[in-house]
Amino acid sequence: MVPLSHYLALSVILFVLGAAGFVIRRNIVTIFMCIELMLNAANLAFVAFSRHLGNLDGQIFAFFVIVVAAAEAAVGLAIIIAIYRNRGSLNIEDVDSMKL
Amino acid sequence: MTALFYICATVAVLAALNVIVQRTPVYSALSLIVVLCSLAVVYLLLGAEFMAVIQVIVYAGAIMVLFVLVIMLLNAGREVPSHRSRLAHWVGAPLVAAFLIEVLIVVWRQFPAATTSPAPALDAGPTAIGHLLFRNYVLPFEVTSILILVAVLGAVVLAKKEF
Repeated sequence: MVPLSHYLALSVILFVLGAAGFVIRRNIVTIFMCIELMLNAANLAFVAFSRHLGNLDGQIFAFFVIVVAAAEAAVGLAIIIAIYRNRGSLNIEDVDSMKL
Repeated sequence: MTALFYICATVAVLAALNVIVQRTPVYSALSLIVVLCSLAVVYLLLGAEFMAVIQVIVYAGAIMVLFVLVIMLLNAGREVPSHRSRLAHWVGAPLVAAFLIEVLIVVWRQFPAATTSPAPALDAGPTAIGHLLFRNYVLPFEVTSILILVAVLGAVVLAKKEF
């Protein structure tokens, strides 16, 4: 029997790896994939707590997170295509026109 | 069962590490698919069959196909390191490590290693999920359908040629 804390530890490690990739990587597409990684880590925590508390609500929440992630991926990738068309680059450092 | 969890967890962590280490986006995307599939196995071990199937079909199937399609479409190649990306390495990595240790300590304090889940897994098949979704959560479900509609329209408008 795997204790709850091990599921949560896996979730935390995946979330932190996603956050690290968000900071370290410069490619917009990779940064977007790191966001997906963090969403998955949150999903794992939801499902683990759902099992722990004997309550299905956590799985419904994870289901909604997946749906929102799908919508986010569609809109975000369309934005990335628009950025690439206007700037000709996928590097996040080239998209800084709103910086002071 | 227990051994399978640790195998899947190791595979997931190594693949997630590969996602952020690779400089070429296609390799990151393929590693992310490995993470998603091993998480699906973890969901199965947690007794969440419906979530495992949705994870494979929607996440590893639909969403990742979209990612790989955009990577191929934009011909995203190797990223070149710059001065600021080196700065992000040296400042970001210690901060992220500190965050990891901090959250792990909180998890260990709140849920000591002895805390195991109750033995009988609850029925998490499509029937139980569907009952809950269309009874207690019918309003969020409908709102989500509007969200999807708006997202589809937004994606079409944003990716249009003249913009």
